[in-house]
Parts: sequence; C-alpha cells; structure tokens
Amino acid sequence: MFEFYAIMVFVIIGAVFAINLRGLLSSVVAVGAVGLGVCVMFLLLQAPDLAITQLVVEILCLIILIRATIGRGIARQQPQPSVWIFLVFVVFSFVFLYAAYQGMSEMPAFGKPIMRVSNYYIPNALSQVKAANIVAAIILDFRGYDTLGEATVLFTSVIAVLAIMRRKGRKKINERDESHS
Amino acid sequence: MDLVLFLIGLYAVIAKRNLIKKVIGFGIIEYAVNLFFVLVGYRMGGEAPIYQEGIAGQVFVDPLPQALVLTSIVIGLGTTAVMVGLCIRIYQRFGTFDIDEIRSLKG
Amino acid sequence: MSLIVKRITKYTVGLIMLYGIYIILHGHLSPGGGFAGGVIVALSFIHLVLAFGREDALKMIPGKFISLGEAFGGLLFLGIALIGLASGVFFLNFFHSKGEPFHLLSSGIIPLCNIAIGLKVGAGLFAVFMILSVFKIDDKEEE
Repeated sequence: MFEFYAIMVFVIIGAVFAINLRGLLSSVVAVGAVGLGVCVMFLLLQAPDLAITQLVVEILCLIILIRATIGRGIARQQPQPSVWIFLVFVVFSFVFLYAAYQGMSEMPAFGKPIMRVSNYYIPNALSQVKAANIVAAIILDFRGYDTLGEATVLFTSVIAVLAIMRRKGRKKINERDESHS
Repeated sequence: MDLVLFLIGLYAVIAKRNLIKKVIGFGIIEYAVNLFFVLVGYRMGGEAPIYQEGIAGQVFVDPLPQALVLTSIVIGLGTTAVMVGLCIRIYQRFGTFDIDEIRSLKG
Repeated sequence: MSLIVKRITKYTVGLIMLYGIYIILHGHLSPGGGFAGGVIVALSFIHLVLAFGREDALKMIPGKFISLGEAFGGLLFLGIALIGLASGVFFLNFFHSKGEPFHLLSSGIIPLCNIAIGLKVGAGLFAVFMILSVFKIDDKEEE
C-alpha cells in the first residue's frame, strides 16, 4: 500500500509543476511525467493492458502537444487570476469534497469489490470464448458494441481535425491568405 | 488522493489564462478519472486478469473497469487532438494564446 | 536531421512495426490488443516522418494507403459485427470450433477484430499527425 501513496505524491507534485511553470515546453514535459506516473500506478494495480496503452497514448499526446507549442512558448508575465474566480473555485472544491465523502462511504471498502457481473465473465472467458486474456474477451466479445462506438469516435475525431484545419489548404501552400482581418 | 489530482486539473481549466494550460488541465482531469475507475476495481492480493497455462485457481482483480478504461484512454487522445487543432487555428487567426487578448481582439 | 539519426531510423522502423503487429496478433493471449498495437504502428510511421522530413517520408509511404487503410479497417470491423445480425444478435461469435486456448488461432472472432481495429487506429492517428504537421510548418514559414 505504501507504494501507491508514494507514486500518487509524485504525480500530484508533477501536476502542480505542469500548471504553474512559465514556459510552455516545460509544462508539456511535466505532463509527460504525470502520464508516466499514472502508467506505473496501472502496473501496480495489476492492469498490464492499460499500462501498455497508456504509455503509447502518452507518447503520441506529447508529440502532438510539442508540435503545437514549439516556437510559441513565449514566457510572459502572467498576472494572478482575479479573486472572484479563486473564491468560486474554493467553494466548489469544498462542495465537491463533501459530496465525494458522502458517496465514498457507501462504496465497498478498498480492495474488496463486489464483482457481480465479473463473476459471470471470468469463468466463461475460458470455457465459452476460449481466450486467455479476459479483458480482450470482454471488449471484443461480451461488450463488442462499446468497441464499435469507440471506433466511430476515433473516425469522427479524424474528420473533425481535417475539417478544422482545412480552409487554408484549399489554395496552394505557398500562397498567403490576404483577405482576412 | 485521486480527487486532489482532479481538483488540480479543474483549477487549471478555470483559472489559467493561457490556452495551452487549459488543454493540459483537461488532460490531467482525464488521467484522474481513469485512475479512479481502476482503483475501484482493485482486489487485495489479486493478480492480473490473464489466464496462464497450467495454473488454475487464481484470484483475479476485477476486469470490467479495466475494459471500460481501455476505451476511455484512446478516446481521450482523440479529444486532445481536436483541442490542439482548435488552438492552432486560433493562433493563426489572432497571433496569441492569451484569452483576454483574444476577447478584446475579436472581430 | 543528422546522418546518424537517418541511418538508425532505417533499421529501427521495421522493428517497431514488427513489434506493433505482434501485439495486435497476440491480443487474445497476452496484454495489448488492437488499440495499443495500432498506436505503435502509427508511431513507426511518425518516426519516419520525424527523422526524414515531410517530403522525403511521403515518397516512402504512398498517400492512398493511409486513407484506404483507415476506411478498410472501419468497414471490416462493421462487417464482422453485422454478419451476426442474420441470427438476431450483434457480434455473434460465429466460428463454431473455437480451437484450444493458448494457441494463436483460437478464440473465434477476436483476432480478426483485433486486426481490423489495429488498421483503423494506426491509419487514423497517422492521418491526424500529418494534418496537424502540414499546416504548422506552413505557418512557421510565413512568420
């Protein structure tokens, strides 16, 4: 149990650095450290599928963020956010923590989950589907419809990025668009 | 401890002025939520939910939240890509990443 | 990029893609599956682009392959889903003899689904990267 708390402290310190550093490139590196901490937490919680996926998705996310911020990370003096926003945030966080405390005292204790649905999935993954990896059997056989929805979301996000970045690309790349502002 | 991570991400989204910091805040919120789901399904002394040849009678952790979170991680990547695309377009139009200047320059 | 990076890239791109295909194909036996493997295949293409620059890498990867690959992967997954509709249920695992567990060709429909998802995710994420990078370099030249 001790290693859970140690890695969570590392992750929280990384997150505080990520949002408070001045230069944008350093913030992106700190987000990379947060993602690595989350990946190690997944390994400690006995979920190797998730750890592999989180690691490679983190790498891709970092590449995209660095392409957006390189050359533009001008560190300027940022004034403090206004007092109203800070007060609203403090009030909201108290309400949120109170609601979370009420909710979590109803949940089963940490480490003893109620596995009502999984008690059907675990024996049948070997006898009906004959797959060794239970998580793969769940996302592709018992709950394949969710995976179809996720493939649709990925396709939609590719089309959305194409639609956002498209207007300047209708002309040739060397011509400059003079008619705006 | 996980809720503290969520609150840090939420603070970044609301209170910071730079657009890229807001995108980073969204990323931190998404990591916190995925971690919370996997923490719910943990079982003390359990093992990874993969059958191995010749060994029977293992105690497994709950595989159902892991299946849901696997989908969620990849969708989070798609969301981040769309947000970064929007940020690049805003920078080409306005020349800055700061939302107060954008609010005064609009039009 | 410098000469050392280019030489090493020529040797490691094939290894990375091979590792990605291994993770996709063994998705039902060991951790991984279609999503992580697809992202690794996309990362191998991105490695080529980062080391060689956009124009040279686009000569090595045909452009039609990306859009065809993504569309084909999506349609294959949807087709596998709809075949079972004749029996009234989505995603029927229609291979009746599912083979022995722990072998490569076991567990029915799952390897085919993994391959379809791997194609779709790989081609789609590489397309997103190319879109975000083409317009960015454009913007830097004009400043």
